[in-house]
Amino acid sequence: MANQHVLLIEDEPNIAEAIRFILMRAGWTVSIREDGAEALSAIDALMPDAVILDLMLPGRSGIEILTLLRARPEYAALPVLMLTARGQARDREAAERAGVSAFLPKPFSNAEVLDVLNRIVAHAESTPDA
Amino acid sequence: MARSALTGTRIRERRTALHLRQADIARSVGISPAYLNLIEHNRRRVSDALLEKLATALGMEAVALSEGVEGALFDGLREAAAGAETGGEGSAELERIEEFVGRFPGWAGVVAERQKRVADLERVVETYAERMAQDPFLLASLHEVISAVTSLRSTAAILVETEDIEPDWNRRFLATIHEESLRLSDSAEALVGYLDEEEQAETGLASPQEQVEAWLESRNWHLPELETAQPPVPDRLIDGVAELASGAARKLALAHIGRAGQDARALPMVALSRALAQHGADPVAIAAQFGVPVPVAFRRLAALPEGTANLPPLGLVVCDGSGTLTFRRPVAGFSLPRFGAACPLWPLFEALARPMQPVRMLADMAGRVPQRFLSYAYCETTMTGGFDGPVLREAMMLILPAPEEAQGMTRRAIGSSCRICPRAECAGRREPSIMGTG
Repeated sequence: MANQHVLLIEDEPNIAEAIRFILMRAGWTVSIREDGAEALSAIDALMPDAVILDLMLPGRSGIEILTLLRARPEYAALPVLMLTARGQARDREAAERAGVSAFLPKPFSNAEVLDVLNRIVAHAESTPDA
Repeated sequence: MARSALTGTRIRERRTALHLRQADIARSVGISPAYLNLIEHNRRRVSDALLEKLATALGMEAVALSEGVEGALFDGLREAAAGAETGGEGSAELERIEEFVGRFPGWAGVVAERQKRVADLERVVETYAERMAQDPFLLASLHEVISAVTSLRSTAAILVETEDIEPDWNRRFLATIHEESLRLSDSAEALVGYLDEEEQAETGLASPQEQVEAWLESRNWHLPELETAQPPVPDRLIDGVAELASGAARKLALAHIGRAGQDARALPMVALSRALAQHGADPVAIAAQFGVPVPVAFRRLAALPEGTANLPPLGLVVCDGSGTLTFRRPVAGFSLPRFGAACPLWPLFEALARPMQPVRMLADMAGRVPQRFLSYAYCETTMTGGFDGPVLREAMMLILPAPEEAQGMTRRAIGSSCRICPRAECAGRREPSIMGTG
């Protein structure tokens, strides 16, 4: 999955750095934003191939960002992996209603992040509307 | 056999429900009609032997006459039956509840006590579940712990699994592990400290309101310290009180003491005793005589100890604008729901809907042998922020035994709560009852 670009929106710097390292080693280009309020403008500017989005963010929540994203046709099929420290059913349901591609509760393994990201990107690429 | 003050009332209600004449029952049990009349008006104590005879003549178990089918024991058994049915554990023979209590009083007591314990523990679980879901400190602490664990797990895995890691990354990740370890340690320590504090502060088995009510019950609902010219500071009244185990309960108790102190100054005991002798426990008449707000008279009556001259056994319930019961002084035979909502037909809620207008009526509490009470209800409003602020309502209801002379008053059939109320056709029913039709 080389030469693809993922935008990671995560306010925990150490988690963000670990994910960045793993994905970079797998060939991804990784951009990081810590504030939810910057997410949409960063997506517009960077046009990433995928987004990894934390659920609880300062500025704007992950669910809110995802809802706004899916309201725009150009991002309807953008692969979005949501991370959360609250793996509760209601968070998962809210994320699914908002149109998340995949959901990963913390703590996760490095392999899980990479596997899920690769899977949702591959799925988006194989879908005709993507 | 423990004897309720209302045993005679139950005998009378049962007899009249069966359309039996006083003279016939008296003859069948070997006493005079006049003596039965005194018993029925709770003016003579009934011996165990006579109670057994009366129970047989009226086709009831003696314990049901003695305690009343509305008593705590019966309520506990009904709740146990409801819990079993809800949990799919089978149906109890509710129609034989009196027989069960009569034949196996020990077992009945054990079942009712176990039900109370189960209800208490369910309440603890609910409290903790609610706290887990909503407590901002817990949520923030758990978020910190999970974030630290996630970071540690990822970073440690990178260091273990990446053989050719660059020295710079290696240093950064080792620093991360150190940093996150400290964070995890601090977060865990704060979390444990918080939970320890909560465990010490809460009895777990009672809400703050229940703790305050338990404390007041232990004081016979009366605080004589507040009746003196120079009452002690409120904190001294609750120092070392075992019932007030949580900070929230102590705050509520202090608020109660503050208001009770104001009430005592507004309507001193000497004046109240005089008014009680003159008007009986009529809060509106008492308030009018002394020019005090009606709620003061309600609260003052309910702050008198049992056994006060001219004071019948009485209960008081208070609710806020949402209908939530915020104070409960129980009276025998008038079953107050411990959890959940009360019967919507209580005069209390009629008063809540009609602020500043006194409501007086007879209330027939449901049961196989219904019990009649005289209720006085009133709702006061508080304007908290002028024209723009919310208007808060607080309604209260005094519950007294129905006197003979009140029999012509408006009557209303009520219950405790829908769940254990047998009035199948009640217009106010919210949910099906576990009881048979009544």
